[in-house]
Amino acid sequence: MNIIITGLITGSMLALLAIGFSLIFGVARIVNIAHTAFYMVAGYIIYYLSIRLGLNVILSMLIAVVAVTLLGLLAYKFLIDPIREHELAVMIATIALALIFQEVTLQIFTGDYLSVYFLIKGYFIIGGNKVFYQQLLTFGVVLVILLVIWFLLMKTRLGLAIRSTAEDREVANLMGMNESRLAMITLGISVALAGVTGAVIVPLAVLSPYMWTEPLILMMAVVVLGGLGSIKGSFVAAYILGFTEALVTFLIPAGAFLKGPVALSIMILVLLIRPEGLFGIAFEEER
Amino acid sequence: MGLLGFYFRKLITLIKGEVLVLPSRTIVGLFVLFLLIMPLITQDPYIIRIMIITSIFAILAASWDLLSGFTGQMNFGHALFFGVGAYASALLNLHAHIPPWGSVPLGAVVAILAGLIVGIPCLRIKHIYLALTTFAFPIILIGIINALPDYTGGDLGLSGLQRFTNSLVGGYYIHIITMLVLCFVMWKITDSNTGIIFHAIREDELAVKASGINTTRYKLLAFCLSGFFAGIAGGLYAHYMRIAGPSTLEVSMSFNVVIWAIFGGIATIYGPIAAVFILNPLLEFVRFWPEYRMLIFAVVVLLILLYMPEGLITWVREKIEIQCPRCKIRNVAIRKNCRVCTAELD
Repeated sequence: MNIIITGLITGSMLALLAIGFSLIFGVARIVNIAHTAFYMVAGYIIYYLSIRLGLNVILSMLIAVVAVTLLGLLAYKFLIDPIREHELAVMIATIALALIFQEVTLQIFTGDYLSVYFLIKGYFIIGGNKVFYQQLLTFGVVLVILLVIWFLLMKTRLGLAIRSTAEDREVANLMGMNESRLAMITLGISVALAGVTGAVIVPLAVLSPYMWTEPLILMMAVVVLGGLGSIKGSFVAAYILGFTEALVTFLIPAGAFLKGPVALSIMILVLLIRPEGLFGIAFEEER
Repeated sequence: MGLLGFYFRKLITLIKGEVLVLPSRTIVGLFVLFLLIMPLITQDPYIIRIMIITSIFAILAASWDLLSGFTGQMNFGHALFFGVGAYASALLNLHAHIPPWGSVPLGAVVAILAGLIVGIPCLRIKHIYLALTTFAFPIILIGIINALPDYTGGDLGLSGLQRFTNSLVGGYYIHIITMLVLCFVMWKITDSNTGIIFHAIREDELAVKASGINTTRYKLLAFCLSGFFAGIAGGLYAHYMRIAGPSTLEVSMSFNVVIWAIFGGIATIYGPIAAVFILNPLLEFVRFWPEYRMLIFAVVVLLILLYMPEGLITWVREKIEIQCPRCKIRNVAIRKNCRVCTAELD
């Protein structure tokens, strides 16, 4: 039972992060290493507003998501947009950005572990295991957000634009889509997703300035496993890896050390058989 | 005596005609000279220590460039080779009692194997998939190391390794000269036919294949070569620090290598080396504010990239040198005519 709950929660978190990451990669070819750093920043903002300033938790979550999105847009405008043609430089810029976030939070909040209250307290018991309402809530919210994203991408004009740009940037540009603005919007959505992830996970997680590296690794594994740019792939892969992690942690002695490696080994094995990931479309050679 | 004088005059002409005509070559020459005579200027153990560590990292950064800069096989887990080299030479040194002279090269051989293990599955994947996959390997190894603490020392690592030498200056020369020789070898490799094929694979793999070149073999070769040099760097680092710990495999290590290489300018070999020699001492220099160290590092990298996305060294070289439009030979930027074919430069 514990396995199922942990697997669901980790999987949902990874799904949200991975979808944001692969969205911005698909549309703008930006490998945003700082993606999980935004998630960390959102967590800290929520902590600051709700614990230090005593604001309502839900209100502070909303503020956090908006603030992180603005931060992401600013970072895009001033740091990433000027060097867009140099993909590698962009990647390094995002690494540097993540380091800056890490260091700034370290300065402000020190390296201590912090946590935020649950939104709703209490738990019920199934089969001898505690299930916190908070965990159910988190899972529910994640599902709702995933639905919203799916709707946005599949049913709206903006979603059509995003998908077509992801498929072929030049043709989309020729069809009159403003590629640069679209990239900016997508980055906004992607960072907002990271912020939302931070908001829903923060009551269950421990905050530390280094918390961005661990999900970063798993998120990349999810994205690769599911196939870049495939929402469905990211979704399935996230739960596969989430459950693997939970299984390894609970069933194997010294499993806590091995949870990352096992998940990553699965990724490598799948890639050996299907180099484009589970649901990915093989990219045509870009010329 | 006459013969000696002849060779001496020949050397002078060579230096005058080939080295001093280009500012970049002059700078490299002066830099090598400076590295070699540095112990005469200062014997401060702290500075010597920084220089040794910097030179080890320079090998590492250059080896990343050999693989990822030249063949375009983005390796995000370069710490794997470094860590494998470090652990392998540490195990050989501790259990088999092989002195550092033997254990470092043997560790590098193990790192070549690691290169093959990573390289073979990675042949099928490209671009960003490759980057994200290679990222996973060092983390898997960390997990294995932590799960087998009896053999690997777990979180604490293997300590109590032998050093090359206990003398300060001797150690300095061993590391500096190894660095210079290895980097020269790497530069020569990239300058040879193999290097040109590596270049071509990055630019257009299909065209290389169409020319009848077995790109698979060359890509594996690049992985092995890179693994070898990074493994030597790892072994040297383990023996110098007298400990091989999981920190050699960390994500930040992989990131640092990529940052150095791209900061300096990829596909140049000298770019990453110069970047390490700029960034690493800089990082030590700001030790007065230890809490802002990483922040300053990140901001410097970000600002440099914003204005010179091709890399610092490439940018500087573009400014001080100019390529002759006719014979493609490089000239000082202040010249009006090419130094070889006298074509007008613009």
